[in-house]
Amino acid sequence: MPTEFLLTATFLSAFLGVALILMLPVRFGAAAKWIALLSALTGFGFAIAAFRGYDMSPGAAPIQSVINFPWVEKLGIGFVTGADGISLVMLLLTGIIAITGILFSWNVTQQPRAFFALFLTIIGGVYGVFQSLDLFLLFVFYEIVIIPKYFLISNWGSTNREYGAMKLTIYSVAGSALVLLALLGVYVVNPDVSFDLMRLAYFKFPLGFQLWAFPVMFLGFAILAGIWPFHTWAPTGHVAAPTAVSMLLAGVVMKLGSYSALRVAMVLFPAGLDYWRMPIAILATVGIVWGALVALAQRDLKFVVGYSSINHMGFVLLGLVTLNTIGLSGAVLQMFSHGIIGGLLFAVVGRMIYDRTHTREISLLGKMGLAKAMPFVAFTFTVASVASMGLPGFSGFIAEISILLGAWKAFPVLLIFSALGVVVTVAFTLRALQRSFFPALTGSPELPGADAEHPHDFEPISLPERLGALLLMAATLGIGLFPNILLDPILRSFESPHSIMHRLIQEVAK
Amino acid sequence: MNDTLHLLKLLAPESILLDTSLLILVLGLIPATATKRNLLLCITLLGGLLAGAWLFFVPENANLFHGMVVLDPLTRLVKVAVLVLSLITAVFAVGSNVREHFGEYLALILFSTIGMMLLAGTEDLLMIFIALEMTSIPLYVLTGYLKRSSASAEAALKYFLIGGVSAAFLLFGLSLIYGVTGSTSLHDLGGMSRDAALDPLLLAGVVMAMVGFGFKVAAVPFHLWAPDVYEGAPTSTAALIASGSKVAGFLILAKLLTFGFAAADGNAGWAQMLPGWLPLLAILATASVVVGNLAALSQSNVKRILAYSAIAQSGYMLIGLTAAGKNGVSSVVFYVIVYALTTLGAFGVVSLVEQRRGGSQLHHFQGLHKSAPGLAFCMGVFMISLAGIPPLAGFIGKFYLFASALGSASSNGNLPLLWIIVLAVAFNAVSLYYYLIVLKHIFVIPSSVESAAPEPRSATSTLVGLLALAVFVLGLYPSLLLEPISSAYTSAVKFSIKSGSAMR
Repeated sequence: MPTEFLLTATFLSAFLGVALILMLPVRFGAAAKWIALLSALTGFGFAIAAFRGYDMSPGAAPIQSVINFPWVEKLGIGFVTGADGISLVMLLLTGIIAITGILFSWNVTQQPRAFFALFLTIIGGVYGVFQSLDLFLLFVFYEIVIIPKYFLISNWGSTNREYGAMKLTIYSVAGSALVLLALLGVYVVNPDVSFDLMRLAYFKFPLGFQLWAFPVMFLGFAILAGIWPFHTWAPTGHVAAPTAVSMLLAGVVMKLGSYSALRVAMVLFPAGLDYWRMPIAILATVGIVWGALVALAQRDLKFVVGYSSINHMGFVLLGLVTLNTIGLSGAVLQMFSHGIIGGLLFAVVGRMIYDRTHTREISLLGKMGLAKAMPFVAFTFTVASVASMGLPGFSGFIAEISILLGAWKAFPVLLIFSALGVVVTVAFTLRALQRSFFPALTGSPELPGADAEHPHDFEPISLPERLGALLLMAATLGIGLFPNILLDPILRSFESPHSIMHRLIQEVAK
Repeated sequence: MNDTLHLLKLLAPESILLDTSLLILVLGLIPATATKRNLLLCITLLGGLLAGAWLFFVPENANLFHGMVVLDPLTRLVKVAVLVLSLITAVFAVGSNVREHFGEYLALILFSTIGMMLLAGTEDLLMIFIALEMTSIPLYVLTGYLKRSSASAEAALKYFLIGGVSAAFLLFGLSLIYGVTGSTSLHDLGGMSRDAALDPLLLAGVVMAMVGFGFKVAAVPFHLWAPDVYEGAPTSTAALIASGSKVAGFLILAKLLTFGFAAADGNAGWAQMLPGWLPLLAILATASVVVGNLAALSQSNVKRILAYSAIAQSGYMLIGLTAAGKNGVSSVVFYVIVYALTTLGAFGVVSLVEQRRGGSQLHHFQGLHKSAPGLAFCMGVFMISLAGIPPLAGFIGKFYLFASALGSASSNGNLPLLWIIVLAVAFNAVSLYYYLIVLKHIFVIPSSVESAAPEPRSATSTLVGLLALAVFVLGLYPSLLLEPISSAYTSAVKFSIKSGSAMR
């Protein structure tokens, strides 16, 4: 099969899964998860095949496997897809999160058909965004994600779910409205009346237009990426969402924002970017420190993870505006890394712990002797925490160190604060880990039947959970040890002299 | 004599509809049974299909009596759309709570349809007025059709009084225009010089005509009748008001402003306002978008939500009209057809829910996804399309409207109409909230009453399914409708220049 269609096949397999699930008779609802898993595995398979098919030889074009069909010819809209290293890394991430998300929702019994159909719709939309090279197409896929999120959270969620779902939807829609506004501007200002990103990237938009269109569009995307101070949807939404959706939100949906900010807003408006760089860097740094400090004060374990997302996404945004190769590639790697680690953390907290203990209060968890009762969970959470702190050997380390190195060149003063954020990150992660799993047991435990000798009789960790956790841990450890698997294609996208990213770096450096 | 024969030939589809409606009136005298209602519907559909087929056998281009009757591909397209929409409403009516005098109900729908078709096919002020009245008067009667419901009577009275006043405004405005220019033909009006167009009396006429149309399309501040009428009228009537009559109304408004008053357009750009109909239109449009969307937020009846949504949607279409010219007209025609299909489907769902659960309050929709999953899914499609979320047709329609308005006066990165688009996009985001509230009642909140039996399939629910499919397909492949509109527009203009019609 030619590599072009491998990309298309990723989202087609997801949407095909949706169609199959919807055709399933109600009484076979239990089969929905198998169809979903199969469709996610196929999608991941295609993503891997596309990744392996990426031509790294020096003469090859940075963006490969390009498909270009006219779609709405009258309006100059095309179905244009293709992938460079950045897209491919994100496609891989989507595949992993799709599979593990389904594994961690293996116990969904309430309306399983609707649940998995909506879940796969989001996956399909996300796959689509990461390969679209036509702005209209990209926006269509970007928006497909919004409505299913609302229903997944409000129907299958937990704490305060209707509020969380609506808040998250309103923030997403507000962000998309900003993006749409700037897109309309792009559409009518460029003389070709086209949406083809590869053509638009070479068009110099008038400066006055760039100065307002860039912040509008960047902010629109960055809201989804959890930029401070428009981040509050994220913790509330993550906490309200069912486990698989928290994983999806933190794992890939927030990345839609940062990816599109890079792929669209920054590439189209280099002059606007240059002008607004510093304010964005400041907001990103505030996000890093703020997210970490707020996480330090949480009593609910899921909120700790929720705010850690803000902290990690702050690094991504900071990396984006460093505008040097090392910072940018770190940002992309951090998107991947946080997708995996955030997904893992939410899986542990939402599925492994909450479904069994029915509480997420750190102080209550501490009294349950979880380390003894559920050693696998304790192990997984420890690995995830260590990875989240950015210890060497895990993917987070190489990503964050690259971003900090990039920031050192670009924003030396801000570096001090973001480095401070790293310290607080370690603090809140250790605090959550230690208090909920390894508390100093003084006196007798308060809960009946829960002491160090006779821990609670929790339902054992099921096979799908083990598989999912192992897959995620393997991914973060594997990339931590062999970062070049991903870094090579990412770096190529920034360094190849023919790439638009390279042009962007050059242009702003001027 | 020759002309009269020619006229009969050109208007054969309308004549067929008229004959059908007369036949139905006679047959309607037989006492009502369910079988008879179905028989009447069949006759209506047959007559409608025949008329629709005949539309393709009359000459493609014609201009009679100096623009009184104009046939071109664009009017044909709109006539087909109007006819299809009206026939769908007729099917909805069979399953609805209109039981008495059913024959007359169908006949009135057809009468109104004839008015809409004439409205689409004229370029003469006098004919515009007559056709508008032919459309509206049957609608007033259709609104008050539930004789035992006081809400229906109130709605009819309100609609009639306000409609009458608006007709008076329109007629007065048109008479002023005629008084100044000495012609009722859009072609002559369009040929005016810019100086002549700035005659204050003429501008007063234009403003009054716009007030009249503002009432008809329920633009703020002339919208107050809409919520009560949509709520009180039989649901199939409300569907007709929201769909067919809007399609024809917007086409003629677009022609009137873009071609008839081309010289009196003025400028609606930020800080560059010049007197003319453009700034007026911009104000009507933005006010409708803002007020419609805000007022819809606090409604608890789905028909009222749809009414306020209709006001907001009218606003979006008026925004499209600010982009005078090809993009303006074709984007408005595209959007109004898509909107009519969507809102018709939504009214179909409301009508079914009303029949089965006895009302159209939000709580009547609770748990609909359990008792009628297909219907619930379709309602989801309609609401999300109205909210303008891709990949449904409402999104591409709005995109095209906004893009043509924004691009109409732009030069070198300067976007004078940006202020309108900012408002529209912002309030479009607001609108998602109330559409989601409807969907929340359908999908999230469990029903307090358990209806165990799966609900039966009816003609209405099949049509609702087809409409949802159409909204979906048009969203994925908008060229299906966009290409015909665009080529119809081009050839209409070509013919118009040759024959001295108004479009240029």
